[in-house]
Amino acid sequence: MSFFNIDGQQIEFKQGQTIMQAAQDAGVYIPHLCFHPDFKAHGSCRVCIVQIKGLYRTACTTPVVESMEVININEEVQQHRLQLLEMLFIEGNHVCPSCEKSGSCTLQSVAEYCGLLSPSLTFRYPDKKVDASHADYLLDFNRCILCELCVRASKEVDKKSVFAITGRGLDARLMVNSTDGKLVNSTFDKLDRAASICPVGVILPKHQGFKTPIGQRKFDIKEINKREQD
Amino acid sequence: MTRRISVDPISRVEGHGKITLQQDENNEITQARLNIVEFRGFEKFIQGRPYWEVPVLVQRLCGICPVSHHLAAAKATDMLIGVKQLSPTAEKMRRLMHFGQILQSHALHFFHLSSPDLLFGYDDEVRHRNIVGLIKDFPELAKQGVLLRKYGQEVIRLTSGKRIHGTGAIPGGINKVLSTDERDFLLKDIDQMIEWALSAVGVFKTIYYEHPSYHQQFAMITSKMMSLVTADGALELYDGGLRVKTPDNNVIFDHQDPANYLDLINEHVEPWSYMKFPFLKSLGVEQGWYRVGPLARVNNCDFINTDLAEQERKEFKLLNEGLPVQSTLAYHWARLIELLHCVESIQQLLHDPDLTAGELTLKGHMQNTGIGVIEAPRGTLIHHYEINEEGLITKANLIVSTTHNNQAMNESIRHVASQYLSGNEITEPLLNQLEVAVRAYDPCLSCATHALGKMPLEVTLIDKEGKLLDRKYKSTQ
Repeated sequence: MSFFNIDGQQIEFKQGQTIMQAAQDAGVYIPHLCFHPDFKAHGSCRVCIVQIKGLYRTACTTPVVESMEVININEEVQQHRLQLLEMLFIEGNHVCPSCEKSGSCTLQSVAEYCGLLSPSLTFRYPDKKVDASHADYLLDFNRCILCELCVRASKEVDKKSVFAITGRGLDARLMVNSTDGKLVNSTFDKLDRAASICPVGVILPKHQGFKTPIGQRKFDIKEINKREQD
Repeated sequence: MTRRISVDPISRVEGHGKITLQQDENNEITQARLNIVEFRGFEKFIQGRPYWEVPVLVQRLCGICPVSHHLAAAKATDMLIGVKQLSPTAEKMRRLMHFGQILQSHALHFFHLSSPDLLFGYDDEVRHRNIVGLIKDFPELAKQGVLLRKYGQEVIRLTSGKRIHGTGAIPGGINKVLSTDERDFLLKDIDQMIEWALSAVGVFKTIYYEHPSYHQQFAMITSKMMSLVTADGALELYDGGLRVKTPDNNVIFDHQDPANYLDLINEHVEPWSYMKFPFLKSLGVEQGWYRVGPLARVNNCDFINTDLAEQERKEFKLLNEGLPVQSTLAYHWARLIELLHCVESIQQLLHDPDLTAGELTLKGHMQNTGIGVIEAPRGTLIHHYEINEEGLITKANLIVSTTHNNQAMNESIRHVASQYLSGNEITEPLLNQLEVAVRAYDPCLSCATHALGKMPLEVTLIDKEGKLLDRKYKSTQ
């Protein structure tokens, strides 16, 4: 049996596992956005950073080694996470009070877990669009955090590549692979894995907002650090 | 020499406004204006959003009566998805939510905002004439007010998920029913609430009858009144047809489908206010203004379908020998009769099995226009949305309760100013009497302008050339 350590807690791991995988198997929560156990990790959101010997590493891409000492929660690490989360909020248009994903939104829940109450940076209010062209699903680009889960789900599970990220830096954005960029003209289908993977409120079924009452939403039932990732 | 007087901000009301008066050389009031200086632009920025988001989004207009916006928008989205009649469970849950809303809003307005004027007098010290003074001098009454409001908010929480800005109403219905535990929780205190509501009507009547002629004529104007009524003419808060009555009790129109409001009402714009001036199309701008809210509703209806409130309505109607009561301060009386009606209605509904089980939503055929009309605490509330084929909002028109009362509030201010303003010096009691007149309408200026911000009061006094002679400003802080 092999062991390593997260915040002083001894954790068993299997050879080849990342810190995130081993932590999840042990029921230890490491905040994250772009990681999903069904897909290959790519460490883009950086929210899962942890400290190892004073250096920062992304837990979702760093393999565990025997006796590794990992710091998941301390003030310094949480501060970095808060800054990352804050930038995600101000770079999009995340209007939680009127967002139907509120209460079931991973960004909102991770931010709450990390203690982000209100961004101190200036909101950028980017001009983002809503694509409601598809009969069953809507894309609200205002809320995209570029986690690429839909990109990976469409490519790896659905074998379609409906979604892709284009542009760089602040111009990076989610795009739809169709002749006119509209979802209706893509190969997207409501049964696709990509249709249900979005951790925020970008890819949503139409005509049915707020069906789940307050108190029964995903993170109302169990806080993000206490539930298994689905 | 003409003078202008400005009261800014108006305190103990929701939102931000000021009063401007103009006097001629004989100190006669030549003009009185309630200026609304907020602007929020909800009608614009919801364009492009999906229609099913609207009931939750638009309620953010207000923190006092969000349920009314929530339900008016939900009714509009019902129409958008082609649902003409909700399931019994959905309609009763929405009605319960709405009764809770009107109960808490009316309790807030009477006990927290207006009762200090009525109990302490208009010239009482400002630092005492407020809810804190009420708690000190009338602790039992203040407690009842706070707990009545709390009860209304608990009704809202259990029907919509939150005390403020919940999500209960969705297109075609609701997203939850009451559990039996929730129902029993509300039933536990309902008898006490009815007793306190009845007592509150009694408190107001005692105050009113102490100086009946003064209260009768204070800020009194004569106007037409508009409200929803049921098909058989009962007081109706959630649905129904539009009725307008004249001061001599004649009906201008009755049982009009609110979805045809554009055929009945138009809005006039003045450059000095962000709040529009609605008027009856058939009578034009000058003659077509009217009042809405509790006074209009209790005056317009033929009866109230709960016993205690109906008994109080009958006594209320004696004030003007059966004709519509025109006294502006009678708004408070009518408001408390409605408060009583709400708690009685909540009691009735809580015994209805449809609240704890039944169909949540229904579906119909999509259409491009959705209009939802409801009686909000302050009066008739109209939400109108147009959507494109993709389900995104292309146009929105909101006519909120306070907007209907715009001209009436201006007239009431003019009445008070011409009766009580003497000389050039602006006194605090004068300032307060102007506010008392506005406050009787329980205006929500944030809603009325779909605006954002605080709501203070300003009075300015100017001469004929527009030169500022005096100015008083009161902050809401």
